[in-house]
Amino acid sequence: MSEILNCRGLTKRYSGKLALDHLDLSLESGRVVGLLGPNGSGKTTLLKIAAGLLTPTSGSLLIDGKEPGKATKAAVSYLPDRQAVAPEMRVAALIQKFSDFFTDFDAGQAETLLKDMAIDLNLRMKEMSKGMADKVQIVLAMSRKARLYLLDEPIGGVDPAARERILKTIIANYNPEATVVIATHLITDVEPVLDDIVFLKDGQAVLHQDAETLREKYDESVDERFKEVFSC
Amino acid sequence: MKWHIDVHQPIYPQLLRQIERRILAGEYQPGEKLKSVRDLAEEAGVNPNTMQRAMRDLEQSGLVHARRTLGRFVTEDTALIAKNRHKLAEKTMQTFLIQMKEMGFSSEQAIDQLRLFIQDREQPSDGGEEKSLEGENHE
Repeated sequence: MSEILNCRGLTKRYSGKLALDHLDLSLESGRVVGLLGPNGSGKTTLLKIAAGLLTPTSGSLLIDGKEPGKATKAAVSYLPDRQAVAPEMRVAALIQKFSDFFTDFDAGQAETLLKDMAIDLNLRMKEMSKGMADKVQIVLAMSRKARLYLLDEPIGGVDPAARERILKTIIANYNPEATVVIATHLITDVEPVLDDIVFLKDGQAVLHQDAETLREKYDESVDERFKEVFSC
Repeated sequence: MKWHIDVHQPIYPQLLRQIERRILAGEYQPGEKLKSVRDLAEEAGVNPNTMQRAMRDLEQSGLVHARRTLGRFVTEDTALIAKNRHKLAEKTMQTFLIQMKEMGFSSEQAIDQLRLFIQDREQPSDGGEEKSLEGENHE
């Protein structure tokens, strides 16, 4: 197993407030990783640095040995927690845009997945429900053959049926040599699909473990463990 | 059979057990080609690596075998399937007898109770809810 992401002493400070505090973390290829932590624990900041949208205050984050930049962006598929596409755009136009922008984007796969979900390609983003718009964005993110997927709250704000559908789309479509990072606070829903668990607390990784080992060791679910770790 | 995943326990043994049951019950027929690990993982809503681990164990037990490039198949060895089915049935009966004994029933009495229970179930007297003996078998 090779290492896809490495953080050493990674620190991010926003006008006095520490979002990431000397974070050390190493993620291997071929894993589905749950980045779990309460609001404000640093999940989004970490993903944004990995996606090359923020620069660290100090310390380092390397993707496959390289600092985030043009080269790593081609290998990283990032799904932001807020809608990042123009509301006026139709789905078909978005697919075209992704095809132009990312050489690893599989337009055929995206169209098939959207048809399976009964999403009309002629719809504009602003004409959709939140659940539908989330599905479109997850399909776009997962239709790239990336080496690292960074998904920020992919199932936040959608109903349980849509959650299941989105998670199954992720499982069925990620490249097996790639790593998928799912940042969320909805632990119960994502738990069965995770290989590894990272608990983020006050900008530090307080636990990083194989999910099955954690269930064996503590004889409880990841969600229960989470509540114990964060109940102070 | 529907997939039933309890996240309070390790998932891989649950998958192993449920696939084994499907083979023993004939839901997956001898010699039948199984879906890919990824498709099965998607169906069960679990991580593909966890499903892969369950498959490796099934291969070791001989119930499933992999054919290079063709995929995985249920064994054609019906004697092996019968043997495993018998072993699992023995385990279930043992659990039943132990639990009945803990409630003070002798083996003979336990059998009588079981017979009565089956008779009651088979008489469609009232439209009341039918209780099922099959449930999760906690080991």
